[in-house]
Amino acid sequence: MKFRPLLLATVLAAALPALAEEVTVYSARIEALIKPLFDAFTRDTGVQVRFVTGQEGPLMERLKAEGANTPADILLTVDAGNLWQAEQQGLLKPIKSALLDANVPPHLRDPAGAWYGLSVRARTVFFNKNRVKPGELSTYEDLASPKWKNRLCLRTSKKVYNQSLVGTMIVRLGEAKTEQVVRGWVANLAADPFSDDTMMLKAMAAGQCDVGIANTYYFGRLVDKDPKLPIGVFWPNQQTSGVHVNISGAGVTRHAKNEKGAVKLLEWLSSEKAQRLYADQNMEYPVNPRVQPDPKVAAWGDFKHDYINVAKAGELQAAAVKLMDRAGYR
Amino acid sequence: MPSDIASSLTTPKSPPAWRRGRLHLGEPALAWAIAAITLVPLAVVLLSLLEPQTDIWAHLGEYVLPRLLANTAWLIAGVAVGTLVLGVSLAWLTAVYDFPGRRHFAWMLALPLAMPAYVLAFVQIGLYDFTGPLQTLLRDWFGDSRWFPDIRARGGVILTLTFALYPYVYLLARNAFLTQGHRALEAAQSLGLSRRQGFWRVALPMARPWLVGGLTLALMECLADFGTVATFNYDTFTTAIYKAWFALFNLKAASQLASLLVLAVLALALFEQRVRGDKRYTAAGRGGQARPDRLAGWRSALAVVACLLVLALAFFVPLLQLLLWARSVAAEQLDLRYLGFVGRSLLLSASAALGLVLLAVGLAYAVRRRGDLASRLAARLATLGYAVPGTVLAVGVFIPIAWLDNRLMDAVRALGLGQPTQILQGTLAVMLLAYSARFLAVAFEPTQSAMQRITASQEEAAASMGLGRRAILRRIHLPMLRGGLFTAALMVFVDVMKEMPITLMTRPFGWDTLAVRVFEMTSEGQWEMAALPSLAIVLAGLVPVILLARETEKRS
Repeated sequence: MKFRPLLLATVLAAALPALAEEVTVYSARIEALIKPLFDAFTRDTGVQVRFVTGQEGPLMERLKAEGANTPADILLTVDAGNLWQAEQQGLLKPIKSALLDANVPPHLRDPAGAWYGLSVRARTVFFNKNRVKPGELSTYEDLASPKWKNRLCLRTSKKVYNQSLVGTMIVRLGEAKTEQVVRGWVANLAADPFSDDTMMLKAMAAGQCDVGIANTYYFGRLVDKDPKLPIGVFWPNQQTSGVHVNISGAGVTRHAKNEKGAVKLLEWLSSEKAQRLYADQNMEYPVNPRVQPDPKVAAWGDFKHDYINVAKAGELQAAAVKLMDRAGYR
Repeated sequence: MPSDIASSLTTPKSPPAWRRGRLHLGEPALAWAIAAITLVPLAVVLLSLLEPQTDIWAHLGEYVLPRLLANTAWLIAGVAVGTLVLGVSLAWLTAVYDFPGRRHFAWMLALPLAMPAYVLAFVQIGLYDFTGPLQTLLRDWFGDSRWFPDIRARGGVILTLTFALYPYVYLLARNAFLTQGHRALEAAQSLGLSRRQGFWRVALPMARPWLVGGLTLALMECLADFGTVATFNYDTFTTAIYKAWFALFNLKAASQLASLLVLAVLALALFEQRVRGDKRYTAAGRGGQARPDRLAGWRSALAVVACLLVLALAFFVPLLQLLLWARSVAAEQLDLRYLGFVGRSLLLSASAALGLVLLAVGLAYAVRRRGDLASRLAARLATLGYAVPGTVLAVGVFIPIAWLDNRLMDAVRALGLGQPTQILQGTLAVMLLAYSARFLAVAFEPTQSAMQRITASQEEAAASMGLGRRAILRRIHLPMLRGGLFTAALMVFVDVMKEMPITLMTRPFGWDTLAVRVFEMTSEGQWEMAALPSLAIVLAGLVPVILLARETEKRS
C-alpha cells in the first residue's frame, strides 16, 4: 500500500495551520497563465499563493458546498458573466480599495467592488486578406448582410464570449433587432460553427470562409507561429458603440480566511508591474490604462472599446443564450 | 434435481444456523453498502427533480430538446451498431480463426482503449477537417475539397466514438468466446450447422451477457460524453445539460436533465434483465478452447487487412498525429514536472483499479449468492454513475463530501483541536471514493459476466467437500474469474487515467495529473500543446494493455 504514507501526509498537510502567510485561489484561468504571476507576487511580498484550476461552474459549486469552511480567498475567472453570477449567488464579498479603483476603469469592475477586471480581451472581426478589403467591413451587425452569404465563420454560441457579445448587443439594439442580426449571421455561415476560435481562424486562413469573429489573443498565438498567416484584424463599430470587450478578473470570496492577503494580491495584480506580465502572457490588453500593451499586440492598432459595463453581459447572458437558440445559432 | 442432492449432502457439514443467518443477512447488506458509494451522489442529482425549473424547461422544450433528442438517438444507434459490429466481429475473428499475426492483433485491438475519446475527437478533426493535411493535399491536387465528407458532422462523431468505445465490446466478447468452451459449437457442427451458423445460433446467444455488458459500457459512456460532442459541436442531450448549467446558470435544471438520462438508462437495464430472464450462461463442457481454424488464401489476407485497417484508423494514425504535434511543443513544454503528472496518474489509476475490482467482486458475489430482486437492483443502481455526465456527477460527489467535512470540522473546532479548512477534502481517499462512484460499472460488467461462467455444480461440489463460503470465493471463484477481473482492472485503470471532471474537482492543491494537463490546454483550444499530455496518457495506458496481451497469450 504505497499511498498510505502519502495519504497521511496529505491529511496532515491539510489539517496543519499554514506557517507562512498564504492566499488560496480557485482559478478558471489556466496554470500556465497565472503561475508566473503568483510566483512573482511571492517574490515581491513573501506571501505564498496556493491555487487549484478548474471550470467556473464546478468551482462555484465547490465554493457553495464548502460554505463558511472554504479554503479559497479568491475566485478568478476568464469572463465577466461568471463573476457576475458568483456575485449574484453571494459567493463574493465586496471590498473597498482605492488602489484597485484607481487601477481598474469603472466599466471593467463591479460597481460595488465584488470583482475587478485584470485583463481585457477584445472580441473583434477578422478577415482573409486575399479575399476581403478592410473597407468592406464596418460593424458586427453588418456581418448579417447578404453580401457575406456563405462567407462567414463563427464559433459556437455555447461559448461564453459569444454570449457576452450578443448580451451587449441586446443592450444596444434591443432583443428584436439583435435576433434579426443573429439570424442573418446564421444565414451567412459558410461552415457549421466551430468549437473554438483557433480552429475557426485556421479555417479562414485555409479559405473555408472570408470573415469571422474571434478574440484577438487566439489570432496573436497563430500569427506568432506563422507570420505569413493571411488574416487581418478589423476593429468594428468604431463610429458607434466600439469593440466588444470582456475581462478576465477576480473577486474576494465571501468566507475568505485571509481577506487582507487576498486584497493585497488583487491590488498587486492591477499594479503596473504585474499588469504587463498578466496581459502579455496571453497577448491580452492590460486593464490598467497606464500600461501599454505588448508591442506585438499594439501593432494591431488602437481601437475604441465598448464602454458598457461588462457586468451587463452577465445579466443578459441567459437572454442572449435563449435568443441564439431561437435564431438557430448552434 | 442435482441441487437438492447437493444441498442434502451439504446439510450435515453446513455452518451453524446463526452463522448462516448472519451471512444471509450479510450479502444484500454488502451489495447495498457498495451501492451506497454511487447512490449518495446519485441522490444529490436526482433530488433536483423535486424543484421543477419551469421557465428553462419551456425554453429547452421548444427550441432545444427536439433536435437534441433526435441527434442523441442517431448517435446512440450509430455507436451501438458500430461498436457491436467492430467489437464482435474482431473478437470472433481473433478467437476462433488463425491467420498471420493473430496473436498480436488480439491484444493490439484493445489499444484504442488507451486513447481518450475527447483526444481522438480533436485529432480526427485535425486530420480530416478542411484545414487538415488530407483535405489540404486534396486541394493541392484537385483545386477543391468541398466534395470531401464533413468530419464535423453526425457521421464523424459516430465514427470517432465507435473507434474510441468498441474495445469495451471487443474485450468482453473475446472473454465470452474464449471461455464458452467448444463442446456446444462442436455439437452444433455435428448437427449439420456450418461454422457461420454456429456463430449466429450458438456462440452469439451464449455470449449475450458479455455483449450486453460491453455495449452497456459503450453506450453509457456515449450518453454521458460531453468532451467529444463539444469538440465536434454536435449537440446531444448532454449539451442541454451543460447549457442549462454553464449558460443559463441553473444547476437544478441541469441535474434534472441528467436525472432523466439516469432514469432512462435504469429502465433500459431493468428491461434487458427482464428479457434475459434467469437463463444461465455457464461454460458448455470443459476442455477450454478448440484449436483455431486456419484461414487460407484471400480469406486470411482479408482478416489481416481488416485488423490493420481498424488499428490504423482508430489508433496508429491518430497516434502519429499526436506524436507530430507533441514533437513540435516538447522542447518548451516537456520538463521534469511530467514525472509528477505521470506518477500521480499511475498511482490514482492503479489504486482505483485495485479498489474497484474488489468492490465489483463483492457486488457480483452478493448478486450471485442471493439472486433476489433487492441485490440485483442494488447492483444496477451501483453502476449508474457511469451514465451521469462527469461534471454533474463530480458535483454530486463533492456536495456530500463537503457536507461531511463541514460537520467534522465543526467537531474539531468544538473540541478545540484547531481551525482546519479541510479534513477529508483533498485526500486521495476521497478521490478514490469519487472514482468508485463513477467507474463501478466498468469494473462490474466484466466481473459479473465472468461470474456467470462458474457452474452451480462447481460451487456445490466445493460446498460438499466442506468449504465455507469464503473459501469457495477464494478457491473456486477468484481463480476462475481471473480473466474477467483482469479485463475489469485494465478498463478501470485506463478510464481513471482519462477522467477529467472528478479529478479537477477533488484533487489536492498542486496535485495535477496528465488529464488535468489536457484540460488546461484544451480549455484554451491549444490542441498541439494538449498532444503532449494526451500522448503520455496513451503511452501510460499501454502498460496494462500489454499486460493484457500476456494474459491473452496464455489463454489462446
